[in-house]
Amino acid sequence: MPAESGSTRPETGAFFRRDRTWHPPALTPNYKTSMLRSPQKAPLVFDNTLSEIAGPVFGHAILGELDADLIHNFARPGESALGERIIVHGRVLDERGVGVPGALLEFWQANAGGRYRHKKDGYLAPLDPNFGGCGRALTTEDGGYAFRTVKPGPYPWPNGPNDWRPSHIHFSVFGHGFAQRLITQMYFEGDPLIWQCPIARGIPDKAAVETLIAALDMQATIPFDARAYKFDIVLRGRRASLFENRLEGN
Amino acid sequence: MAQSLDRLRESPSQTAGPYVHIGLTPNFCGIGGVYPSDLGATMVNDKTKGERIGLRIRVLDGTGTPLKDALIEIWQADADGLYNSPAELRGAADPNFFGWGRCPTDMDTGLCTFETVKPGRVPFNDGRLMAPHITLWIVARGINLGLHTRLYFSDEEKANAGDAILARIEHRVRVPTLIAERKGDTYIFDVHLQGEKETVFFDS
Repeated sequence: MPAESGSTRPETGAFFRRDRTWHPPALTPNYKTSMLRSPQKAPLVFDNTLSEIAGPVFGHAILGELDADLIHNFARPGESALGERIIVHGRVLDERGVGVPGALLEFWQANAGGRYRHKKDGYLAPLDPNFGGCGRALTTEDGGYAFRTVKPGPYPWPNGPNDWRPSHIHFSVFGHGFAQRLITQMYFEGDPLIWQCPIARGIPDKAAVETLIAALDMQATIPFDARAYKFDIVLRGRRASLFENRLEGN
Repeated sequence: MAQSLDRLRESPSQTAGPYVHIGLTPNFCGIGGVYPSDLGATMVNDKTKGERIGLRIRVLDGTGTPLKDALIEIWQADADGLYNSPAELRGAADPNFFGWGRCPTDMDTGLCTFETVKPGRVPFNDGRLMAPHITLWIVARGINLGLHTRLYFSDEEKANAGDAILARIEHRVRVPTLIAERKGDTYIFDVHLQGEKETVFFDS
C-alpha cells in the first residue's frame, strides 16, 4: 500500500481490455504441455466488475531483510551463491505509463548452472548449497524495484529432442486490481537461445518477445561487484472512472 | 534489440512453469528459512466473521487427469460482501479477512484445499447484487496465460439464477461448470481445462 493512499482517492476504474493477440495463445503446439492444458472454447468476455477491479494489497510487514537478495537469502552465514553477480532493476508501470507503487513482485530462477532447487528437476548440473532461488520485493512510490541475484544458467528440458531454455527469471506480479495479475519471464539481452525457445516463441509478435528481454545496463552496474540488467514490467492500465455512471453507494 | 522503453503494452505472459512453487510457495517445496511462511496459506483466524467453509478444488487436463503441478489463487469478498482493497469504496472490510489465498495442488493427488468464509454478495456495475462467488486464477506448466474464472455455490440457486455474469453464458448447459457442489461444510469444484465439461473461463 503506497503511503500516500490515504490522502488521495483510490482509482476504481475498470482495466483496459487485454489484447490477447499480444500474449501467447493457450495452444502453442511446439510447447507440448499446452496441448492438453489449453482451453478450446471462447472465453466469456465482460467488462470488469468490482471483483476484478479490486485486489489484495501487500504491506512491507511481509518482507524480510534479505528477500531481495538471492545471493544471501538461502546462503550459510558468511557464504554466498555461486555465479555471475547481477542486479535486476526496473519499474512496474501500467499501460498509461504510470508507475505502480506497492506492487508485489515475486521472482524465482535456476542457479548459475541451470538447476532448480525442486524435486522435479533432475538435470545433472549440481545444486548450489547457498542458493534457494526465490525472492520478492514491493515497488516504491514510482513503481521502482531492484534485487540482487546470480545470472541463471540455461538448461535442457524434455519437450523436443534438444530444447534448451534460455537464461530466465520468472516474475509474478500483483498490481492494484486482481485483473492485473500477471506471471511472466525475463530474458537476457543477447541470448541466442531466446529465439529457439518454444515457450518464448509462443508469443506471436517478435516485438512482444523483445519487451521481455532485459537490457544490460552498465550505468547501474556496481563496479567490481555486479553487472546490472534493467527490466520494466507493464500491467494493464485503468480507465478513469470520473465520467462513468458507476453506482458506488451500495 | 532489447526492451522498447516508450511503447506501453501489457507485458506478455509466460507460463509459470513446473517450478512455480519455488517462487510462490517455497516452504511447500522444501525451501525453508527464506520466508517464515508461504503467502496466502492461511485465510481465516479466530476473529474472522462469517460462515467457515472449505473448498476442495482440482484442475483436470484434456484426459481428465488432475494436474499435480498447478497453483490456484482465490480472491473474494468478506462475509458482508466487502473487499479488503483500496478500490472498495462502500465500507471497511473485516480487518481479520484479507480475502486472498494461494494453494499449490497436492503433488500426489492434485487436490487444492482452502479454508475460508462464505463471501457476501457484491454489486454488479448496475447496482444489482451478483450471487456470492470467489474469483479463481490458475497457473501451471503448459498454461500460457493465467486462467481466470469464478466459483459459485450450489446452495445459492436463487441468487445464481439472477447473477449478471452467469446470465451472460450463451450455452446454458455450461453454467454448472462454475457451480461448486456443497457437501457438509465443504464445496467441491473441478476445473476442466478442455473437453465436454470445459469450464467457462473469463476474458475480463
